[in-house]
Amino acid sequence: MVAPMTAQPPLIRTAAPHTHNAAPANPPKILVRDVNVFYGAKQALFDVTLDIPGKAVTAFIGPSGCGKSTFLRCINRMNDTIQGCRVDGRIEMDGENVNDSHIDPVILRAKVGMVFQKPNPFPKSIFENVAYGPRIHGIASSKADLEGIVEASLKKAGLWAEVSDRLHQPGTGLSGGQQQRLVIARAIAVSPEVILMDEPCSALDPIATAKIEELIDELRQQYCIVIVTHSMAQAARVSQRTAFFHMGKLIETGSTEEIFTNPRESRTQDYITGRIG
Amino acid sequence: MTDAAQLQLKNGRLKKRHAAEARFRLYGRVAIIVALSFLVLLLGRIGLQGYSTFTTNTVSLPVYLDPARIDRADLEGSNYDYVVALSLLKRMGETEDEFGTNSGDAMALVSRDLGFQILDKVKADPNLIGKTIIVTGPVKADADLFYKGEMTRAVDEADRKLNNRQLDWLDRLKKSGAVTSGFNVNFFTHADSTEPEQAGILGAVMGSAMMLLVTALIAVPMGVMAAVWLEEFAPKNRWTDIIEVNINNLAAVPSIVYGLLGLAVFINGFGAPRGSALTGGMVLALMALPTVIIATRSALKAVPPSIREAAWGVGASRTQTVFHHVLPQAMPGVMTGTILSLAHALGETAPLLMIGMIAFNPGLPQGFTSSASVLPVQVFIWENASERAFHERTAAAIIVLLVFMIAMNAAAVILRRRFERRW
Repeated sequence: MVAPMTAQPPLIRTAAPHTHNAAPANPPKILVRDVNVFYGAKQALFDVTLDIPGKAVTAFIGPSGCGKSTFLRCINRMNDTIQGCRVDGRIEMDGENVNDSHIDPVILRAKVGMVFQKPNPFPKSIFENVAYGPRIHGIASSKADLEGIVEASLKKAGLWAEVSDRLHQPGTGLSGGQQQRLVIARAIAVSPEVILMDEPCSALDPIATAKIEELIDELRQQYCIVIVTHSMAQAARVSQRTAFFHMGKLIETGSTEEIFTNPRESRTQDYITGRIG
Repeated sequence: MTDAAQLQLKNGRLKKRHAAEARFRLYGRVAIIVALSFLVLLLGRIGLQGYSTFTTNTVSLPVYLDPARIDRADLEGSNYDYVVALSLLKRMGETEDEFGTNSGDAMALVSRDLGFQILDKVKADPNLIGKTIIVTGPVKADADLFYKGEMTRAVDEADRKLNNRQLDWLDRLKKSGAVTSGFNVNFFTHADSTEPEQAGILGAVMGSAMMLLVTALIAVPMGVMAAVWLEEFAPKNRWTDIIEVNINNLAAVPSIVYGLLGLAVFINGFGAPRGSALTGGMVLALMALPTVIIATRSALKAVPPSIREAAWGVGASRTQTVFHHVLPQAMPGVMTGTILSLAHALGETAPLLMIGMIAFNPGLPQGFTSSASVLPVQVFIWENASERAFHERTAAAIIVLLVFMIAMNAAAVILRRRFERRW
């Protein structure tokens, strides 16, 4: 007699289930309906339909080239900057289609911050890195106000203690993990609602990775976080919801626990257990 | 085949490979040595020929301002050169003969500058007439050449410009201490002149500087903006491809064609002043533009795309991204490319000849629209002069031009360092 699937021990230890799981308490922040993405004639994403909850971490997993980064970049319209890229379908944030003609991508990107694979601080001082966003959006009313925003952002990113005495030294002089937290502080400084992270730890060592993961866990109290990762262990550790992409299609989505312990699709199971990918 | 035999075979090949590598290193060294020796030859020749211009011989003479020869009523109309010549003759213990040969010989030894100085002095104070005053000025270029040993008595008297008696006089003047050798200040404070000892480089240096200023003011903003648009904003389609190809082609157009264009469009079309720093600068700006665009584009391309993404990611617009992050990052490259293209424009001669910058300009340029000389054209004019003393000045002008260029290239390096250190 084969034991039922639910009785299996989890394949990978997962994060504590998200506490605000009930639908009314945590309504979807982003609604994605039938999104297709084309690079020229080549189709990169096929009919992606997905709900992304607010104040939670959603992880996108899948093998390289499966379209998860492409999809992430649809949310803040970073794909606009790629010539020949076309996005079809609806992506609604708080009920508004981000691809609407009246939505200014500049405003959208202030509301949807982004952290990239390789830490990319501006080649300026630590202070200037964080202050840049508030400055161009006119968020700070005075110099003191700006300094307050910078300090608060660096504190939220867990970097303040390490850099408070050298705010005017170049941000590029920090270590890789510190740079990535600086980039997160830079994103937080414009008070976004959503933070997109595209493999934020793939260029970092395990200790720096652990710090970023801790930080992500804290940030989810305030922000809707979407993270693309190649590390299934990371997805399991930090996310409450997981979506599995394969060859441009969204194969399966659900709570992280469910995906990692009891996937509905065999392809998901194969990927998680290392048989494909 | 045994293992040992295989190894032997490999060793044979290895020897060949090492030999080939040694050969190529040798070729490289030989190429460098040949190139350097040509450079040394070139600079050495120019230096040897030109350095003597930087010293000159100056004569101090007591001149008796004979009231019989200077008309108080018509100061401008008097022959002061003759007055100077008579004083020189007196000093040599000679007097004027009836044909004026003696005074003619004397006049050929000292610069006309002395006569002009006397005119200025008596104009300022007519009471000087009848007194003896000391006048100091350069010797004539031929006398200068004699003092520098470039004209010797060994040459047959008929084949040189100064006769034996004149050379004796020069020797006596030198011995008496009336002639002293020193730094050639005139060369750096005067504009061109028909008299070699009076001719200087300042007019050409000023003309070149003014022209470069015009070139930089036109070519740099236009070139940088064009490059920014093409690289950061323009869609990549057939039209921008055509523009790109044409810009690259323009960089290879012979410079004289730009001169013809300037003549036809700026001078004949718009009525720009002929031979002025403004027109010259506009023509050179056309010439420098493609180079500036190409240099700026490659500097922009070298900025990592992650910086653009970072700026877009926090909500910077395209323009903000370019002007706050990409362009400042690209600045060292832009600076270097721009200054090198300006240095190239500085040495350009052919297009300037087409727009009439070859005129003889005895004064300093009065403004951007007045006739001006520039360094390379000054070299060209002096090289064509028949007097030997001008050839010495040609080499000196080349030295000044090279120093100007080296200064610009050094500025490029320094600016590059400075801008890089900001990050």
